[in-house]
Amino acid sequence: MEDCIRAEGLSKSYSGRPAVNGLTLSVPQGTAFGLLGANGAGKSTAIECLLGTKQPDRGTVSILGMDPRSDRKKLFQRVGVQFQEARWQDKITVGELCEVTASLYRRAENIPPLLDQLGIADKARRPVEELSGGERQRLFIVLALLPRPDVVFLDELTTGLDARARRDVWKILAHRKSEGLTILLTSHFMDEVEALCDRILILKRGQTVFAGTPAEAATASPFDRFEDAYLWYTDEEEPR
Amino acid sequence: MKTFRTLLKTELRLSLRGMDMLIFALCLPLVVLVILGILYGKRPAFEGAGYSFLDQSFGALSSIAVCAGGVMGLPLVVSEYRHRKILKRFRVTPVNPAMLLSVQTAVYALYAAVSLLLLYITAAVFFGYRMDGSLFAFLSSYLLVMLSLFSLGMLVGGIAPNPKIAGVLASVLYFPMLIFSGATLPYEAMPAALQRIADILPLTQGIKLLKAASLGLPMDDVLLPLVWMAVLSLICIAVTVKVFRWE
Repeated sequence: MEDCIRAEGLSKSYSGRPAVNGLTLSVPQGTAFGLLGANGAGKSTAIECLLGTKQPDRGTVSILGMDPRSDRKKLFQRVGVQFQEARWQDKITVGELCEVTASLYRRAENIPPLLDQLGIADKARRPVEELSGGERQRLFIVLALLPRPDVVFLDELTTGLDARARRDVWKILAHRKSEGLTILLTSHFMDEVEALCDRILILKRGQTVFAGTPAEAATASPFDRFEDAYLWYTDEEEPR
Repeated sequence: MKTFRTLLKTELRLSLRGMDMLIFALCLPLVVLVILGILYGKRPAFEGAGYSFLDQSFGALSSIAVCAGGVMGLPLVVSEYRHRKILKRFRVTPVNPAMLLSVQTAVYALYAAVSLLLLYITAAVFFGYRMDGSLFAFLSSYLLVMLSLFSLGMLVGGIAPNPKIAGVLASVLYFPMLIFSGATLPYEAMPAALQRIADILPLTQGIKLLKAASLGLPMDDVLLPLVWMAVLSLICIAVTVKVFRWE
């Protein structure tokens, strides 16, 4: 299986303080990869270095065999992105934002069915700023999926969604994954990670403290449940 | 092309919802035109002049929308889109930054064109205005004014670290130009010392061109304005492209 995302020795520091240190990962095609860690562990910096919106101090990145900085225009025809903090133009409506986003891609998906799948078809005429947090989150998942991407980056995938909506999103992503979509996500919900991710990597203060499958993470810890294991890996108090 | 059309359509709608440009680019020059028309009507521009005060003012009034869009609208929208990380979202799509900038340019160029048309129709219908000069020379001058002011605005939007500073810089450019370049107050009425200072403003030079073209006056003094505006535009465009930042 071809690696769709590959990073080697990725490091980035802010004014001398390392945010990500020596991150190495590879994500095969058609699999989901969870980048985990507490707030401030370096997940967002890692994603930005992968996407090329931040220039890493050291290390290399390739997505679909391309360099995200020098091959930007070609690469992002095939990559969808949901940032942790969603931004939009003042007064723009859901429908307009979708239409503009779709117009940027050569093979964009049909908008109404996708809005329908995410349960916000009735919101198309509403201004984005009037949506609830969960509706907005779903909208930005729509935008990430609009390009019919081969790879999708989802930062804090289901934050703000209710239990039902989260299940719906999992189902949609699982289905797309079975069709070959490669997913890299971050999440604070370990049930979600177990349900979706084939492999995970746990960051703690920019360092990789675990890389493997969720089951392996539990086995290698003193705990049986994955969530307990995760907390054990990320525990800030006791040095391991 | 599909991308450009969709972006332009949406950005134009968003801008219309904002109302600012409707007021400053479309209504303001029209109101000034109507006031001048009512006050001075067909009175000659000065004793013995072969053209009326309104004829003389038309070129200047037509530049107000260019000024509002170029040095107010453009820098603010570019700076705001960067600050609010809207450009950052565009960065992880295949869109070319030049496309985004040209869409914004097109939005403000459309405002300018509509303003010009409205002014012409109003002046012609209500105040009997006719353009004596060459329409071609006038439109060429108009495009040059647009080029120099829009590139100046792009530059401000590009170098300002945040929308607040962009707003201050835009005001520092906009209000003096609006007042001293002859766009609203007649340049001819200013003392010579003030005229010399105003001559530095690209809009002052642009209005001289527009005036000469619309009145059909001899274009003997146009070389300096032409060169100054062209050089300024080139510098601004070069710097804008050089310093473009997504965030």
